[in-house]
Amino acid sequence: MARRASPEINAGSMADIAFLLLIFFLVTTTMDVDTGLTRKLPPPIEEEQDKPPEVKERNVFQVLVNANDALLVEGELILVTQLREAAKEFIVGDPTFTDESMPEGRATDVPILGKIMVSKQIVSLQNDRGTSYEMYIKVQNELVGAYNEVRNEYAQRKFGKTMQELEAGAEVSKLFDDQLDAVKKVYPQRISEAEPKNVGE
Amino acid sequence: MSKFKKKKSGGIPAVNTAALPDIVFMLLFFFMVTTVMREVTLKVKVVTPQATEVNKLERKSLVSYIYIGEPTDLLQAQFGTADRIQLNDAFATKKDIIPFVEGEREQTDPAEVPLMTFSIKADQKAEMGIVTDVKQELRKANALKINYSTKKTDKIVD
Repeated sequence: MARRASPEINAGSMADIAFLLLIFFLVTTTMDVDTGLTRKLPPPIEEEQDKPPEVKERNVFQVLVNANDALLVEGELILVTQLREAAKEFIVGDPTFTDESMPEGRATDVPILGKIMVSKQIVSLQNDRGTSYEMYIKVQNELVGAYNEVRNEYAQRKFGKTMQELEAGAEVSKLFDDQLDAVKKVYPQRISEAEPKNVGE
Repeated sequence: MSKFKKKKSGGIPAVNTAALPDIVFMLLFFFMVTTVMREVTLKVKVVTPQATEVNKLERKSLVSYIYIGEPTDLLQAQFGTADRIQLNDAFATKKDIIPFVEGEREQTDPAEVPLMTFSIKADQKAEMGIVTDVKQELRKANALKINYSTKKTDKIVD
């Protein structure tokens, strides 16, 4: 009985098949990373809630945006490109906390730095239901940017490091973590959003 | 001696391509693993606004998207041009957001529920009214970690 040797499977076209699949996945892949402004919403309002604490006028940085996308900051009409500087000036405030137009200070426990005076600043943002989303994002962006710049300058002055360096090192180094915490305690990001008005419709 | 001579006289040998399929397969697997297929067909036009202070969204499996914008050209005859919310594959109203959040939570590992992010992908021309409604519903659903989807830019203009 002559036994026929089983012929080898021709694998020559395997590369072609693989190429075909490869090209399919190359075309369908989208490598873009999603980016955005990450924010935290306040927790839902409870039924029986105490009155909100009174906040003094001088501690509040009021930002209003109307249905025509005009920006009113502390009673003055400004452009969105000027907002960052104005917000920075307010967040940094007066180092002695005596200026009546700037926020008050409060003694706060801060890691590394001990008990120091920290500004009681709050940024209050109110928009109209007719405000465009683009404008809203610009305002949000400038406010977040103002906080980031103030923190960055402070971190460089106090610790000689940028916020990026602190954030990168926070997971491995206790010192970096404490320093990052300290900067965030000195300049806490307080952006309060009021319920929108409905006058523009 | 003649043994060595023979080898040299062979001319240029053909390049061995036996490893080519392996290399191609390696690339193939890389792309297969990194590919994220688009899960939803967009029914609304979304051009996200630009911002400078953006963060990257990490852990895509923990991100759910809420689209807001006017219906696409094809659907405008049927649905008009008013801004609409899209959840998954269908138009929705603000009442559908709480069930949507619950549904997304059920599909996630309970340990990772606190890390879930809801990304609002709204068109730059959309009005804040509808965006605010969505935010209020998310608050009610206790989904407080949100993200406004934006493109990165170096400078914003007036």
